[in-house]
Amino acid sequence: MTIAIDRPTTRVNSVKKAEPVVVENPLPSRIAGTVPTMAPSAAAHLTPEQLDALAAELDAIRDEVLGGLGESDARYIHNVIKLQRSLEIAGRGALIFSLNPAAWVAGTAALSVAKILDNMEIGHNVLHGQWDWMKDPKIHSTTWEWDHASTSKAWQKSHNYEHHTFTNVRGKDRDLGYAVMRVTPEQPWKPIDLIQPLTNFGLSLVFEWGIAIYDIELEKVQEGTKPWSQAKQELKALWRKTRRQLAKDYVLFPLLSGPGFVQTAAANLTANTVRNIWSHAVIFCGHFPDGTETFEESRLENETQGEWYVRQMLGSANLTGSPTFHLMTGNLSHQIEHHLFPDVPSNHYAKIAPRVREICDRYGLPYTAGPLPKQYFKVLRKIFRYAFPGGAPKTA
Amino acid sequence: MGVLGAIGRQAYTAAGWLTQPLLPDDLLGTLNPMWSASEPHARVVGLRRETADTTTLLLKPGRARTRHVPGQFVGVGVRLDGVWHWRTYSATSRPADDLLAVTVTAIPGGAVSGELAHRTPVGTVLRLGPPAGEFVLPQPVPEKLLFVTAGSGITPVMGMLRELAATRPDALDGAVLVHCDRTPRDVVFGLELRALAASTGLRLVERHTALEGRLSPDALGDCVPDWAARQAWICGPAGMLDDLTAHWERSGDPDALHVERFVPPAFAGDSAGGTVSFTTSGIAAEAGPGTPLMVAGEAAGAVLPNGCRMGICHTCVGRLRSGAVRDLNTGELYDTPGDTVRTCVSGAAGDVEIEL
Repeated sequence: MTIAIDRPTTRVNSVKKAEPVVVENPLPSRIAGTVPTMAPSAAAHLTPEQLDALAAELDAIRDEVLGGLGESDARYIHNVIKLQRSLEIAGRGALIFSLNPAAWVAGTAALSVAKILDNMEIGHNVLHGQWDWMKDPKIHSTTWEWDHASTSKAWQKSHNYEHHTFTNVRGKDRDLGYAVMRVTPEQPWKPIDLIQPLTNFGLSLVFEWGIAIYDIELEKVQEGTKPWSQAKQELKALWRKTRRQLAKDYVLFPLLSGPGFVQTAAANLTANTVRNIWSHAVIFCGHFPDGTETFEESRLENETQGEWYVRQMLGSANLTGSPTFHLMTGNLSHQIEHHLFPDVPSNHYAKIAPRVREICDRYGLPYTAGPLPKQYFKVLRKIFRYAFPGGAPKTA
Repeated sequence: MGVLGAIGRQAYTAAGWLTQPLLPDDLLGTLNPMWSASEPHARVVGLRRETADTTTLLLKPGRARTRHVPGQFVGVGVRLDGVWHWRTYSATSRPADDLLAVTVTAIPGGAVSGELAHRTPVGTVLRLGPPAGEFVLPQPVPEKLLFVTAGSGITPVMGMLRELAATRPDALDGAVLVHCDRTPRDVVFGLELRALAASTGLRLVERHTALEGRLSPDALGDCVPDWAARQAWICGPAGMLDDLTAHWERSGDPDALHVERFVPPAFAGDSAGGTVSFTTSGIAAEAGPGTPLMVAGEAAGAVLPNGCRMGICHTCVGRLRSGAVRDLNTGELYDTPGDTVRTCVSGAAGDVEIEL
């Protein structure tokens, strides 16, 4: 096993600053990592043997969970799907009477929760293949489609593959700032970054559309690394899906409400926006709060399983809260566990979290976790800070 | 009906705009699985214990049921510990019957057949596949029929016999059924077969292999001297079918022989490697032991969906059409057609076809 990058084997404080690595990069400068890492990694003290041992421990947890999957898990996802569909039917039913303020509020609330469950606990996790083991073609990563602007196929490529494989690797993980923001000091500053707090707020309101457009990688087309013909095909596929989504929320169901057309359209817009703001907050808290690391592309070369696990853990942050809160985040509140085991059913993350945390403690690795408002504040602070040039990371 | 059907289809399309990205059928299926047309279900409404190891399940299908032709089999899906397992069983009821009967013999060590034969109570909801199979009688029904069956091989023939007895009893007059099983107690449908023989003129030859041994071609000739002049339908263990097929090829008319085999897909047993054929691209490649299908395919020039190449992202999945693959991480074997296979972490266990 050869490791291409310099891996210090002593304690952090004796680590030499790594030589700048210039990576030839086909990606546009916004997401390309041309500046070397400024801080030593929190995992710098681990030896290759320790990394192998860590990988074995995490593999064992994964095998244990996958080996124990059974009827109660199947019932769980069926129940969540039933709950989501019931809420959606109830919400849309109530909104037929959207002229009545009580019906409007109840319907909008039910529909908002339904859309959040559809995207977070059901869609995201089914599309990861977490439930493929049931061999049920109705609940399967290859057949699932969700209530979201982005098509399942486009999402699986940008999220399951690019984001989960290259998590927090600058220049490879486009989720680092989503191609429109500067979220680490290593990303080069551009004047447009000055308005990124505003960009972030705008993005949170229309997050599903942001993701749908983002999946088409227009910045690559601009830079000439992706043919326009391909982007056009993808835009057409997106339009085929989104026109139905738009028609459903803003024409057909409003028409069913008769004189309540405008009220129902407004309710649907509200539900979509609530879902957008919520998923944006949860997702941004998964990788950007203080304590999460980003990595250089050179690290990927000959990366061992142990190093891969460490990158997933150091690049992710958890959210603390109640079981209902975890459900509403699609268990992305267990972002660390999700990134270690993206295809392990989400209902198991809470159960394995204490064990992962204990492993982190034992190996001297940080395990970042906090309540949503606190973590979101840290994300916002970062977005404001990196709107301006510079911004070396804080050292403990 | 034409107009109503057209209106119904229009209404369904319109409802699809309201339920998308789901289909109205998905919502119906969520409310009650029996209402789903795209994933048909059936409820077990009765059980008949045929012998110690064989049970007939009487199924009430939900919506949309395709009627079988006697002799055909149907797919039966059962959820065991959260996982859907599919097996095929011959339909033993008549097509016109309200209930669909499938007769299941528990195979020693068979998790699914054992569950269905012994541990499936009335009320259980199963999934139902469409009827299929070429082991059927032609129309018009030939004059001189011969059936040779052994063990659970009687099940597709029972479907034919019941249909003939109800619609064309004269066709059974002069027909011969040679049926083998270990002892009289093991004969599935024994009482009914004997009664059928008495009432229609069907000649029933029961052969009890515990005493008389396996049916050889010579023994068949002894009890049915005019076997070569008959149209024959045979079903039973592979050894018997092989012997009889060779016999018909040697001394009879192979076109007059119709064979139904209950054999699982052949696989090498280990991640021994084999030829992987990608059915969409038409590319075939040799996958050596321990070589992922994706690596083998790419070496042969196939452009396959791929992502993480480590088994986590499920970008590369393709459906298994035939053969078997082994998960190179867990060693688990997948050999059910329709199984989804992650090509980046699966090796060939014998020759395999993947729908990619």
